[in-house]
Amino acid sequence: MTDLTTTDAGTGGAHRPVGPARRRRASSGAPYLFMLPAMALFAAFLLAPIIYAGWLSLRASRRTGGGILGQRTEVFVGLDNYARSLSDPELYTALGRMAVYGLIVVPVMLGLALLFALLLDLPNVRLRTATRVGIFLPYAVPGVIASLLWGFLYLPRVSPIREAFDTVGLPPPDFFDPDTVILSVANIAVWGGVGFNMVVMFTALRAIPPELYDSARIDGASERQIALRIKIPLLTPVLVMTGIFSLIATLQVFTEPQILRPLTNVISSSWMPLQKIYTDAFVLNDIYSAAATSIALAGASLVLSLLVLSVMQRRAFGENQ
Amino acid sequence: MHRRLLMSAAGATATALALAACNGGGDEPDANETTGATAAGDADAPAELAFWTWATNIEQVIEIWNEQNPEQQVSVDRQAQGDELITRVLTAAEAGNEPCLVHTEYQALPVLVSNGVVRDLTGDVADVRDAFPEAAWGLTSFGDQTFAVPQDIAPMMLYYREDLFQQYGLEVPSTWDDFAALAAQVRQVAPERYLTTFSSGDPGWFAGLAQQAGAEWWTNEGEAWSVGMADEATTRVAEFWGDLVAQDLIDDQPMYTPEWNAAMNDGTLLAWPSAVWGAGVLQGVAPDTAGLWRAAPMPQWSDGEDATGYWGGSATAITEGCEYPAQAAKFVKWLNTSPEALEAMITLGGLYPAASEGQTGPALEEPPVMLPNQPEFFALAAEIAGTARGFTWGPNVNVAYNAYNEAFQGAIESGGSFTDAIRSMQDATVADLETQGYEVVE
Repeated sequence: MTDLTTTDAGTGGAHRPVGPARRRRASSGAPYLFMLPAMALFAAFLLAPIIYAGWLSLRASRRTGGGILGQRTEVFVGLDNYARSLSDPELYTALGRMAVYGLIVVPVMLGLALLFALLLDLPNVRLRTATRVGIFLPYAVPGVIASLLWGFLYLPRVSPIREAFDTVGLPPPDFFDPDTVILSVANIAVWGGVGFNMVVMFTALRAIPPELYDSARIDGASERQIALRIKIPLLTPVLVMTGIFSLIATLQVFTEPQILRPLTNVISSSWMPLQKIYTDAFVLNDIYSAAATSIALAGASLVLSLLVLSVMQRRAFGENQ
Repeated sequence: MHRRLLMSAAGATATALALAACNGGGDEPDANETTGATAAGDADAPAELAFWTWATNIEQVIEIWNEQNPEQQVSVDRQAQGDELITRVLTAAEAGNEPCLVHTEYQALPVLVSNGVVRDLTGDVADVRDAFPEAAWGLTSFGDQTFAVPQDIAPMMLYYREDLFQQYGLEVPSTWDDFAALAAQVRQVAPERYLTTFSSGDPGWFAGLAQQAGAEWWTNEGEAWSVGMADEATTRVAEFWGDLVAQDLIDDQPMYTPEWNAAMNDGTLLAWPSAVWGAGVLQGVAPDTAGLWRAAPMPQWSDGEDATGYWGGSATAITEGCEYPAQAAKFVKWLNTSPEALEAMITLGGLYPAASEGQTGPALEEPPVMLPNQPEFFALAAEIAGTARGFTWGPNVNVAYNAYNEAFQGAIESGGSFTDAIRSMQDATVADLETQGYEVVE
């Protein structure tokens, strides 16, 4: 750090005919001063809680005498919480379920977003703004509301979907079938996420210089070829970014299954990893195990994210490095 | 740690003050408690008491108190309800800014006690003990210590659709055998309807059914606990409902969902084993069916028996961190035993008071809105309340309840056995007690 700053100041001094001493003093303090608010907030609201969670994960509330109901005291238990939470088969079932969920949500959501973005980017599209807003709108609906809304649509007795099937005379789908309920949950995430990703991709598409398309057209390329050969390759960085965002969102899946849970017998309180953490912390009042599982999960996601990022980066931005 | 130091210091000061004022008030045998189990201090001294509660219209009840006691003002804070409120109280106590007064469901009280959040009120409230039926007082007492004053109790009773029962020629079941036969009859005469549903989402409901059968889920023997969730009585209840579900004689979808609301409204479900507050719930979920329901005592396990269980109910507790325990105790006693407060809670809050005196009187002469056809509703309720069996709630009800949800969800989805489900509740509860450091005996 210090090395960098001095070198910077040094070159700055060499380039400009300003008193080198004065400049050095100014640049040594100022950056830190400007960083201070951000650093303070970062420390108070991110770093401190993480450290506190780490501390909690090594402790537990235990009964230590004192009457029939006992008096609980916080004691140090080392890695006990980790051992217990990581040896719980339910955690791995939940992780497996999350992986399946991710495999469904990410490709479907990004695929649809890309398709819509490309369609909207075609020349001579009518009602472009209205359509874009229409597809984007679900993203503006809070996850809790969206899940409640879909919950109503899924429950047979209150669902217009079932009514529609009945009218046509088809057997109505069971949205809470134990084998396919994951699709019902994924559907809510896709519904809410397509719009946002589409807008990001569409914005990137509008930034591509139109001359490229002109020359492609002169070379006889069809719109489809332009989309496949020019637009998508140029969108790669955006696809990587939205992909990583979606992966992170998958790791954090919680709202949709948690809201649907009381409506059915098929979603348990540890259906997804974060639900298990929530149950531990707020239903069982065991914030210590919850902290341990959180730390383990956060560590695993960090490693995974870095891995994905390095692979993706090499492929997507290879020529830049 | 910090908080505890501060608190014992405050407790010591209070005790010193009390001694200096020759206030005595120390007929409490447990004198080695620093904070003193009898509220040291003057119950009439000025105080500001925060009350975390979720009771309906409680503000209007408290207005009566605030008018009469300008020096001891109580303010209501609606933080959350039920278990969620408990989580918040625990967190607030950890941070040292808990309120003076806490509304808690009976089964959540042990968690508040073992975390040292609520005061031992044994000495403070001994003078109102006789105002409550023994079973109700037992819900807030552990061993010989009392930690809260019962507010409302919820004896279970059976609600049924009088109109549909008449239409199909069904008879109100007096035993559970009748109930099972009736469930089969309903499927025959009206295949699109069910007598009722078994809900994997409501452990408190199942606990009430088990209480009725005579179960004791937690028993303390000295300082050790024994857990009996797979005892004979509970097994009987589990087998009974498991059979009905397996044969599709009753529905198996959870209660309190939009689906259930619709089924209660359109007559898909004909009956609901619920509690005295069930009439209020019906008003919320099935307003179109007013006048069509009727309440009856619960079906019995054997002819001539007369018992029911509790589903829910709540109490008022005072926190350890409360600066004005004497004033708080005075308020808690007023709230739960004075005729004016009881009447206000019944008429404004729709509560069924735990105090014996509250279970009769002019406020209960009018039937609930949903059962205008049953003017004797509350007289019946009082009679049923007299037959209620509670049981001792143990230190980890939340674990048992979560295990109930998981086990019965699984059993219903996979067609598994209900007796396996209670066994897995039992195992989870015992394992947790042991992990937490409680002594468990078989």
